[in-house]
Amino acid sequence: MTAAIRVDLQLIADMVKPDTRALDVGCGDGALLAYLTNFKRVDARGMELSQAGVNACVASGLSVIQGDADADLQAYPDAAFDYVILSQTLQATREPREVLLQMLRVGKRAIVSFPNFAHWQVRLRMVFGGRMPQTTSLPYKWYDTPNIHLCSIDDFRALCRDMGVRIERAIVLNSKSRPIHMPPLLANVFGEQAVFMLRRD
Amino acid sequence: MLQDLTDAEQMALAQCRHAVLGAEQPLSLDCGVDLGPYRVAYQTYGTLNADKTNAILICHPLSCDQFVAERHPVTGKEGWWESLVGPGKVLDPARYFIICVNVLGHCMGSTGPLAREPATGQPWNLRFPVVTIGDMVRAQAALLDHLGIPDLFCVIGGSMGGMQVLEWAATYPDRVFSAVPIACAAHHSAQNIAFHEVGRQAIMADPEWKGGDYRLHQTVPARGLAVARMTAHITYLSEQALQRKFGRALQDRNALGFGFDADFQVESYLRHQGSTFVDRFDANSYLYITRAMDYFDLAGAHGGVLANAFRGSPTRFCLMSFTSDWLFPTRESRTIVHALNAAAANVSFVEVASDKGHDAFLLDEPEMFRTLSGFLKGAAAVRGLKQAA
Repeated sequence: MTAAIRVDLQLIADMVKPDTRALDVGCGDGALLAYLTNFKRVDARGMELSQAGVNACVASGLSVIQGDADADLQAYPDAAFDYVILSQTLQATREPREVLLQMLRVGKRAIVSFPNFAHWQVRLRMVFGGRMPQTTSLPYKWYDTPNIHLCSIDDFRALCRDMGVRIERAIVLNSKSRPIHMPPLLANVFGEQAVFMLRRD
Repeated sequence: MLQDLTDAEQMALAQCRHAVLGAEQPLSLDCGVDLGPYRVAYQTYGTLNADKTNAILICHPLSCDQFVAERHPVTGKEGWWESLVGPGKVLDPARYFIICVNVLGHCMGSTGPLAREPATGQPWNLRFPVVTIGDMVRAQAALLDHLGIPDLFCVIGGSMGGMQVLEWAATYPDRVFSAVPIACAAHHSAQNIAFHEVGRQAIMADPEWKGGDYRLHQTVPARGLAVARMTAHITYLSEQALQRKFGRALQDRNALGFGFDADFQVESYLRHQGSTFVDRFDANSYLYITRAMDYFDLAGAHGGVLANAFRGSPTRFCLMSFTSDWLFPTRESRTIVHALNAAAANVSFVEVASDKGHDAFLLDEPEMFRTLSGFLKGAAAVRGLKQAA
């Protein structure tokens, strides 16, 4: 039982109230699930695409199924969870809008974290380098990236507006994974990633 | 009904326990017949703890039986799940009280077509009522009542055993703390039924079968049963496994024989599988057990909606499938997972990469062991079971 998890995961964990039900979509090796289970008594379930990830989770006693956000959220009933969490995965889904809809159907709240494609480093690399950006939060080459639907923080806010989704909280992190407090326009430049908590209006 | 056991049954019953149930309260079979008294043969490993929280029920597949982790009384071979059950193994008798019940209709001591009909004193043979997976599970539950075991820490099984696990969870949710259905499905597919039908037709086409009354005629439909086994055995293996094991290699010869002996190793292997099966399995039992699998349709029994079988289930599920299993492919397990999700049940699911086909669940598959071990550890923590005794 270790307490140290990735900073963005810790931020998500802090948003989750104890003794609730949560589904972590794209739960990886289960670090967040284990934290929520052990430290917040959350009834936490996971979904993960990679076989290695699923096996690691189940072998450590977590409830995780192999599945992906695009295909396997449909099976869950409405409001089955207090929170549906999608960390660093939205940009890799085939239909991000549909995935968000499903998350907000299955969960009373959705917590989403994603890399900001309008971060200044990305902008510089595109504008001056003339190449597809590679940064710490976007480490892939254009031809091997799983990230097919990248967006900026402002893009995401716009989508939430279109969908009539209420943003309950928005936390923007700089490249050192520290929360920054800036007006949205600047946050969209200096934020490397963002964590949003959403609920249906 | 306890007289006139076959030799195999006598050897089996001498090496395991049994109970005669249903004398006062017969078992109401799905076909409408009330069966009683009936015998269930079972084997146990380990000891039931004081608060009766460490019982694990293993449900055996079609061609295995209650001799899970010991030398088989008839074949002399090691137990079919010794890789999983035993001291220091994932299912350690030092920790768990492990039970395996010979299913109703089988031929290793539990009542089936070999038994005598109480009313007439004659062998049931084909007059034995057709039993279902549900009937098998109700008989197991009756045995647990008889043994005074209120609930099970885990019910685990592969293939037909997995079907029983699902049936257990659907019928007795409060008696099943955790459930591990492996390499199975919530119903038998058309293809699965088709293969079983080939096997049954092979048995019934054998002139020695005598309409099921072969014991009266002192014959054995060995060839029919062997062919049934050969057909089924192919479905348990993957194409890659067959190819890797045998390819086109010849058996005890350097050139083709230009005849119909077993030229190829794969033929010789299948013939061996067929002929050894006859020594330990009864042909009528084979008809009954395959029928029970064919009739299994958990969604059908719950208004056509599989999720209805698991509504409000408190059971923790862990499903496993194998990538090369074409008899019970991964999509069948995924269907169950989706239904469990729809019922908001607690479920884990792992597809194990293996090229060994359906049989993988009986073999040494470290990934399966790791998954099961982790799942049980998690479940034991929730149940408050002590870690390794």
